Amino acid sequence: MKWLLVSVIVLATTAGEVLQAIGMKRHGEIHDFRPGALGLVASALARSRYILGSIAAMAVSFFAFMALISVTDLSFAVPATAASYVLETVLAKYLLKEQVGWKRWAGAGLVASGVALLSF
Amino acid sequence: MPSPVKTLLLKTRIFTAIVVVTNVLGNSLLSLGMRGVGELLTLSPVPYVKALFNPLVAAGVSLLIVWLLSHMALLSWADLSYVLPVTSIAYALAAVVGRVFLHEQISLARWAGVALIVVGVTLVGRTVPRTTAPRKKGAAA
Repeated sequence: MKWLLVSVIVLATTAGEVLQAIGMKRHGEIHDFRPGALGLVASALARSRYILGSIAAMAVSFFAFMALISVTDLSFAVPATAASYVLETVLAKYLLKEQVGWKRWAGAGLVASGVALLSF
Repeated sequence: MPSPVKTLLLKTRIFTAIVVVTNVLGNSLLSLGMRGVGELLTLSPVPYVKALFNPLVAAGVSLLIVWLLSHMALLSWADLSYVLPVTSIAYALAAVVGRVFLHEQISLARWAGVALIVVGVTLVGRTVPRTTAPRKKGAAA
């Protein structure tokens, strides 16, 4: 049961974060942090299909996470859900066209191995 | 005038810090609160909604909302392949918080994992946060 929850969380988190990155890049950089300007940002984002999709995916991931920590320790739950690292970095390179140089691959690899070790 | 690169880096550092702190505190409060709620192995929404009335769960959820919003703001200018590894320093902090405040046992392997994450975060933190061209003003969303 806990590994089923982990796979739901990993897939939903990956989908949610990639969609969020696409939606936010399409919106453009936020540089005005006054409340009125942030209200405009919120209303623009509320009409973005990518952002709405990302929030739906992250809600699935969140409730699955709540279920997971109701049956296991936080220090198992948090690392076990981080298996999406390499997958998301690959998607960032090929889907989002980001320049992933050696430092980012090495960093993502180290973080993923570190996170895997955390579950022991 | 500060240079645009320096402004971008400073903004990125500040938002990374907010993302990390709200993530660790939010998850810890949620975890602490869930101990008082009991097992949630159901697809019915009712027990989840009931869980939200637990004050610790509610505080955790509020912090996670701040986490989501600051994460979205950060992604409006920084690469996903930058944000993802850099904010994972939260996992290292979560292990420390789990040990110190939630009294969970942290094995030697976990501490080794924490060390690898810190090295990985340092490496990615040395890259430029944004490698894609910003969209032109006025372009359709």
